[in-house]
Amino acid sequence: MVELTLPKNSRISGGKTWPKPQGAAKLTEFRIYRWNPDDGKNPSIDTYFVNREDCGPMVLDGLIYIKNKIDPTLTFRRSCREGVCGSCAMNIGGTNTLACTKGMDEVLVKGVVNVYPLPHMPVVKDLVPDLTRFYAQHASIEPWLQTDTTAPETEWRQSKEDRERLDGLYECILCACCSTSCPSYWWNGDRYLGPAALLQANRWLKDSRDERTGDRLDNLEDPFRLYRCHTIMNCAQACPKGLNPAKAIAEIKKMMVERQI
Amino acid sequence: MSTPKTHHAPMRTPLGRVRGLGSARSGTEHFFVQRLTGAANLLLGICFLVIVISLAGSSYEAARATLGNPIVAVVILLTLLSVTTHMRIGMQVVIEDYVHGEGLKVLCIVANTFFTVAVGLAGAFAVLKISLGG
Repeated sequence: MVELTLPKNSRISGGKTWPKPQGAAKLTEFRIYRWNPDDGKNPSIDTYFVNREDCGPMVLDGLIYIKNKIDPTLTFRRSCREGVCGSCAMNIGGTNTLACTKGMDEVLVKGVVNVYPLPHMPVVKDLVPDLTRFYAQHASIEPWLQTDTTAPETEWRQSKEDRERLDGLYECILCACCSTSCPSYWWNGDRYLGPAALLQANRWLKDSRDERTGDRLDNLEDPFRLYRCHTIMNCAQACPKGLNPAKAIAEIKKMMVERQI
Repeated sequence: MSTPKTHHAPMRTPLGRVRGLGSARSGTEHFFVQRLTGAANLLLGICFLVIVISLAGSSYEAARATLGNPIVAVVILLTLLSVTTHMRIGMQVVIEDYVHGEGLKVLCIVANTFFTVAVGLAGAFAVLKISLGG
């Protein structure tokens, strides 16, 4: 059944308030989800104060400040710090987004930056979710060009117009903000592929060079894999790249109907 | 319909779990019929309301005479068919979304079908009885 409450060992209790940096004129308060698999305790919310005069403007800057200057045990993923790699996806101020492209001042709730891991995923530690299944779902849509025709000596050709059909799809960085914001994915993530994998599926369905469109549609035609999408649109709202996975899914459904009528 | 037991096997690879029993190769008809009956419900619902409002305050005989009109009877029967079909598919989706115990899920889907067929047939019988003057 749907889980409306957290399991006992996932309930948040207590947390430590770390001392304010001395002599700081401008502080921003961070409340961050903490969980350590090694200490056997329940998750907690730790409170930190970031010296804004000694720190960049983004949430990721704040997290790095905390890790470097206050608490080196704080664990999170980050890499490119410019919205390209998708590593620092987390739930910030109640919305899934990238810590590196979200300004601290954009997400203040009563003066506080609240940071949690991506929702409804197993947590590895602190802000690091286990994305194993998410990546397997991406692999299941076979995200590569598939052809039966012998490969040309140079490149597979594509018109400008056909290339343009991939706009709004190829930009996806697989950060998982969309899938983990989707209630359908929360409840049926073991069988529903989720917005990210389906947007990627549409990227290959739309590719004029690909010769396996029918097989790809066959692979998706399933009450759970595809049709668990109920156009809730959280995915489009959450996507930090401004993409619209719900529209991509609707286009797949349209193709499904098209080939039957 | 059901999650295969191998789906949860702890030693299975993540990709093996995601692939599970493979695609069911279905769902599009459900999706299409749900939208088709949704549109039909809108049109038929308006006709149904007009019929009901026009009968407000009428005598029993007047209501029987109206339902005796084949067009009126057919509109009401079509409304019943469209609404119950829409209801059954919609409820099935809700069950699949929220009920995860395999046995309970199957039971709920079967009960949903039985209930909808019973409601639809009872309604159709009532309309036909009045319409045909039984």
